[in-house]
Amino acid sequence: MSELDALYQEIILDHYKNPHHAGLRDPFEAEVHHVNPTCGDEVTLRVHVADGLVSDVSYDAVGCSISQASASVMADLVIGKPVDEAMAIHESFLTLMQGKGQVEPDEDVLEDGIAFAGVAKFPARVKCALLSWMAWKDATAQSLETQS
Amino acid sequence: MKGLLPELEVIRKDFPILERTVSGGLPLIYLDSANTSQKPQVVIDAMVDHLEHHNANIARAMHTLGAESTEAFEAARDKVAAFLGAPSRDEVIFTKNASEALNLIAGTLAWKGPRQVGEGDEVVITEMEHHSNIVPWQLLTERTGATLRWFGLTDDGQLDLADIDTLVTERTKVVAFTWVSNMLGTINPVAELTRRAHEVGAIVVVDASQAAPQLPIDLAAMAPEERPDVVVFTGHKVVGPTGIGVLWGRAGLLGELPPFLGGGEMIETVRMERSTYAPIPHKFEAGTPPITEAIGLGAAVDYLGHLGLAAVRDHEHAITAYALDGLATIPGLRVLGPLDPTRRGGAISFEIDGVHPHDVAQVLDSRGIAVRAGHHCARPAHARFGVQSSTRMSSYLYTTPSEIDALVEALEYTRSYFKLD
Repeated sequence: MSELDALYQEIILDHYKNPHHAGLRDPFEAEVHHVNPTCGDEVTLRVHVADGLVSDVSYDAVGCSISQASASVMADLVIGKPVDEAMAIHESFLTLMQGKGQVEPDEDVLEDGIAFAGVAKFPARVKCALLSWMAWKDATAQSLETQS
Repeated sequence: MKGLLPELEVIRKDFPILERTVSGGLPLIYLDSANTSQKPQVVIDAMVDHLEHHNANIARAMHTLGAESTEAFEAARDKVAAFLGAPSRDEVIFTKNASEALNLIAGTLAWKGPRQVGEGDEVVITEMEHHSNIVPWQLLTERTGATLRWFGLTDDGQLDLADIDTLVTERTKVVAFTWVSNMLGTINPVAELTRRAHEVGAIVVVDASQAAPQLPIDLAAMAPEERPDVVVFTGHKVVGPTGIGVLWGRAGLLGELPPFLGGGEMIETVRMERSTYAPIPHKFEAGTPPITEAIGLGAAVDYLGHLGLAAVRDHEHAITAYALDGLATIPGLRVLGPLDPTRRGGAISFEIDGVHPHDVAQVLDSRGIAVRAGHHCARPAHARFGVQSSTRMSSYLYTTPSEIDALVEALEYTRSYFKLD
């Protein structure tokens, strides 16, 4: 497989064309707006936490295929999970992205997220893949604060 | 093709980086020159020769190397003055880059002096500016209580001058605008804007970062009422090194402005209570300057002078016209900015329906083609055209028609890669 094909896996292109959980929804405790200042990619993201579970993640994102698909995969992975488990998935994805292509992803944890393994070899694109994940972590932390 | 530089293949051999390959052995096709230009061997050699044989601090070392270094640094100032057709070589100030030059002007206008900007005053910019010609003026007006206003853009990417007389008024203290847009490619009417600004007593600051590489500039030949008061550009876009920029300013204005940075070499006498300052240009050059970079810039503008800026401009026109024709064949591609190649510079921003600019740039990179994707530090201009980002190809004096062919073919491939047909 060429590096380009490793970057643009079919799974990524599928999520890009048909993003899951897209759009902004109620209820939510926190809404954040994150941007990638180098390229202008933007995401507005809401998190609803109830009974220790990530009940909903909704978002409105503008950006490239990698950042859009990443938001879709992230929402798939964390919605319905206990916050602690979702944070662990976040950590696992972060490790994969910062691994310069040397980290072997765990499909049991990351599911469709393993398709982003090829992105880690393109330093300029890692920020694209992480944009919505960072926004989610920020919003989740704020949601927990409003509840405590 | 008419208008191309003669002996283009010989010129290309001056640029060693054009020999290298990328992406697994493909020849480099460098179409990102509006971002930074490549460097000819003569510039690299001038800098290496200085470091190997003449390195010393300038204007303070009383020995042979110090004299040689000072002479080379000041000779670089003479070369830049000639490049701009500056009325006086003392009006050429070396800065770190164009951003610092713009901050020097905007920053010192906030301070006490005959030109101090204050409440009730207005600063006028345009919607097509690079962030470096927006943010310093926002800082100035926020700090002083002055008002920031701007020219909007027409749908074909020109400045909308319809309300020039209500925008530029007796309240206007500064009119700042780009000569050539880094995103739209638009060439702005410097003489017309300057004449109007001078009628109301405003000073005119022109960002020539994109103009200096590709248009002949002759300040001394301009009518005084149409000559800007300040013109800035950066070294690395005119085949020179990074870390060096230029501020040309009318001597009278520079004399009225307070110093920007304080330190060594910008002084006349220092006492503990207060200091007096050196005359221009040194008044604005505190500390040890980027000596090697200035010498590299001198070699760079000499190189452009040998080619002739009129010939470089004609080359850019020919390549830009050819590129606009080629881009027009791609389905779903929209160029942002003027479509008449004689009214624009060599940076062409575009969007392709269905593919994000990042993804375009990534596929092009896999074919050895370097372009820029994003907002090109011109977010307001993108917002004006309802786009978040764009892909930008930018040619220069070493760009060949066959490189444009490769770009067009790679864009077709990009569309098929993302299954748009």
